[in-house]
Amino acid sequence: MGDQAQILPGTLDLLILKAVSLGPLHGYGVLLRIGQISGQALLIEQGALYPALFRLVRQGLLTADWGISENNRKAKFYELTVAGRKRLGEELEGWNRLAAAMSTALDARPEEV
Amino acid sequence: MNFPGNIFGYLRCLGAKWFRRSHLADEMEDEVRSHLEHRADDLARTGMSRAAAERQARIEFGARGRYREESYQALGGSLIQGVFQDVQFAVRILRKSPGFVCAAVVTLALAIGANAVVFSIMNAFVLRPLNVPDPQSVYELQHGDEASGYESYPNYLDIRDRNHTFDSVMASNILPVGLDSGENPTREWVVEVSGNYFDGLQLQPYLGHFFHATDEHGPNSAPYIVLSHAFWHTHFQDDRGVIGRVVQVDRHPFTIIGVAPPGFAGTLLFFNPGFYVPIVNHSQLGVNDMNARESRWIFMTMGRLKKGVKPAQAMADLNAIGAELRRSYPKQVGNMTFSLASPALYGDYLGKPVKAFMAGLMLLAALILLAACANLGSLFSARAADRAKEVALRLALGSNRRRILRALFTEAILVSLLGGAVGLLGSVVLLRALSAWQPFPRWPIHVPVNPDARVYLVALMLTLASGLLFGAVPVKQILHANPYEIVKAGSMGRAGGKISLRDVLLVAQIAICAVLVTASLVAVRGLAHSLHDDFGFRMDNTMLVDTDLSTAGYPVDRVPAMQKRMIETLETTPGVESVGLNDNVPLGDGSEDTTVYTDATTALEPVNAACHPTVYSVSPGYFHAAGTALLQGREFTWHDDQGAPRVAIVNPEFARKLFGSPENAMGRFFKLRDGARAQVIGLVEQGKYLALTEAPQPAIFLPILQNPSTNTWLVVHSNRDPVPLAQAMRKRLQQLDPGLPFYIQPRIGEMDPILFGPRMATMALGVMGMMGAMLAITGVFAMAAYSVSKRMRELGIRIALGARRREVLLSALGRAFKLLAVGSGTGLLLGILASRVLAMIVLKATPDDPLVLTGAVLAMAALGLVATWIPAQRALGIDPMTLLREA
Repeated sequence: MGDQAQILPGTLDLLILKAVSLGPLHGYGVLLRIGQISGQALLIEQGALYPALFRLVRQGLLTADWGISENNRKAKFYELTVAGRKRLGEELEGWNRLAAAMSTALDARPEEV
Repeated sequence: MNFPGNIFGYLRCLGAKWFRRSHLADEMEDEVRSHLEHRADDLARTGMSRAAAERQARIEFGARGRYREESYQALGGSLIQGVFQDVQFAVRILRKSPGFVCAAVVTLALAIGANAVVFSIMNAFVLRPLNVPDPQSVYELQHGDEASGYESYPNYLDIRDRNHTFDSVMASNILPVGLDSGENPTREWVVEVSGNYFDGLQLQPYLGHFFHATDEHGPNSAPYIVLSHAFWHTHFQDDRGVIGRVVQVDRHPFTIIGVAPPGFAGTLLFFNPGFYVPIVNHSQLGVNDMNARESRWIFMTMGRLKKGVKPAQAMADLNAIGAELRRSYPKQVGNMTFSLASPALYGDYLGKPVKAFMAGLMLLAALILLAACANLGSLFSARAADRAKEVALRLALGSNRRRILRALFTEAILVSLLGGAVGLLGSVVLLRALSAWQPFPRWPIHVPVNPDARVYLVALMLTLASGLLFGAVPVKQILHANPYEIVKAGSMGRAGGKISLRDVLLVAQIAICAVLVTASLVAVRGLAHSLHDDFGFRMDNTMLVDTDLSTAGYPVDRVPAMQKRMIETLETTPGVESVGLNDNVPLGDGSEDTTVYTDATTALEPVNAACHPTVYSVSPGYFHAAGTALLQGREFTWHDDQGAPRVAIVNPEFARKLFGSPENAMGRFFKLRDGARAQVIGLVEQGKYLALTEAPQPAIFLPILQNPSTNTWLVVHSNRDPVPLAQAMRKRLQQLDPGLPFYIQPRIGEMDPILFGPRMATMALGVMGMMGAMLAITGVFAMAAYSVSKRMRELGIRIALGARRREVLLSALGRAFKLLAVGSGTGLLLGILASRVLAMIVLKATPDDPLVLTGAVLAMAALGLVATWIPAQRALGIDPMTLLREA
């Protein structure tokens, strides 16, 4: 597990929204999708995923519905709502600004100060 | 185990339904299962066996409890769900100790129940306003110098017409009448009211109509009846056709014109009259001359204040009228000042003592609740100590103290709610019975004390407050717990000799209990004593027959002959020794006082009065029949009549007041209110006349023939138990006049009203004392049991080393005994002090009584024995081998 990074606090919601924006997913699928799109670099605690999902549903960013999974099992599928898509955009923009600022800040060299 | 188990199961089911939680929980479980299956599918694909894959999936998922809790929070139900979780947890914990729960619930049920009952009674007597529109502006016109509302009719008319501050001034007078509605005549209690009574109170009839001020056209001009709703229900079976019916009242025709509204039972809270008749018809129902200004026969006058008028203004207005009347009629009107009071309890006459008594009772009930809280507090902290290891583990495993405290408080509140509910249920049953109770069969006196919303609210507040109170006791213990030390040492034990808060609580509780035990013993002894006191008349083998001849329509001139015939009829009944007649009996429910002057006084005005003795009109032979000793002189004879010189028999206190000493009184003269000179021809022993606790009062006795009265009390002395005689007496009297309503009771029965206060006080104290004792027992028991269970190992070692039973007991329970002794001692002392207050209600209530002191000490000792019996047995039954092996 050494090559997997702990996700930054507050970024779990963003990752979930992103994962679900690529297509409806059940809970375990969200986990797999995040692993897949991060190149298996980001580790999400399995038990922590669901409270986050429920929170997003309550905020109206996701909808949840029971269906049948690719394994032919009962599963609850999550889908992005319009509000969720809008929020994803805002969060992405915010993240990009933060990332740019962070990398600029961390690239600073003594002669630039 | 089964009983509380069922309750908890039910509660849980109810709670789950309430919060729709089970549905939510199911869905969450389903989702976790789905997740685990998908993960296991993936793992199995890597070549793992299915079982291993499922196991691995569960491990990866992590703690499910945490998942559940966080999910609930995420779902936004954090508060309600959190509370529910707490409750669920508390129920699970409490289920493990049903004995503890039962003890706590019973303790609290008693305390809350007592408070609910007392508060409900106070609510009915003191807090609930008169059941008329705008009750705040209705006042009794109470006399300024005494707590009464008596008035003469002419004075009432003047007050009514001359005041500028009242919308209306109403008069009401209570009296018994004979009602003949076609069946046997019965005696009923009615209220004579002024024509403006119903309009002044702003009431609307339930049926028919009321009479009004405009119906009053002089004496006997309004022969109308307005029935009370209850009387209409019981005597006329809700017959709506009753309106317009003519019935005989004291053998005069009266027409029923209406029924009063159901919520209204007169302006006196406790007195429920059968019906209302216009006061202008008074002379048909009594022999008093209603127009005599000096005769204050109206029971009460009331007024409804004009809007915006302050009571002080009204009082000034009334006092001005009083002064005016005093100037115009100096012979008939004495000092006349007024104060305003609530009519419900007859102003301050009953209002003050009832309020004081209720306040005292409420205080006692609060003390009981406090004792219960102290008790439960120590039970809870003993439990907290017992659970020290569990708490320590939870702290060590990362639970925070706030969470643990929340759980503790949830347990406390849950227990208190359960106890409060049980207590309230019990009190409702008791209050229902109390509401239907009629303490004096002769009088229509009862008070509905059914609980209302206010009572329920107070009970709920008390329940929650006590839950928080005793839940708070172990807080400090938890906050200061050091998990490391506790897990190591195994207990949250306290330092050996230090006095803890729990000890103080227990001592306070034992002291409170001892106070109650002492006070109730004092009251019981006092009551028992007072019944064997010398009242100046005989109590045993004596019956009373009472009637008012006016209720059978006897005109004044025929009354003496009828009274004489009644005496003769009863005297010839087999078994009867002697019969005497009095117009009121001492310590009965009626009395009359008069004004007398010294023989030398010429200006016969109230201010020059020599004395205001109680006055009785008695027949020849009365003192003999009543068992009142004639100290000097002679009894009256049938020759002491209107034609003979006026004579009187007096008591020592009267003789002292008028003539300096009893020896001086014989043969001397004094002047009666009407100016007639009366000669003292006899001296009888001092008695009690108005109250058991009174100081010696002056009293005079006049011959019934010279001072006639329709009010007839026959004192019947027999040579055996007189109760079986009642039948024979009733038959003979009915033969004499079938239309005469009368009432027969034993002598002691007539003292019910006078004994009511002391009896109630004694009973209340007894009940409270018993409850206090039960609380103290549980308190000491909890403490002793706790101290034994904490020291099991130590005691086992002592026994193994050869300690004797006495030493084991002393070391196990020494502390409990010490606390018991300190608490009892303090309580006894306080109880003795408190009993001095009691002496004002209960005659002869004195703590300086060896029986009371021994009784209290014995009671406390017995209580200690009961409370420590089981823990002591447990301490003695310790098997050192078992203990040492377990350790």
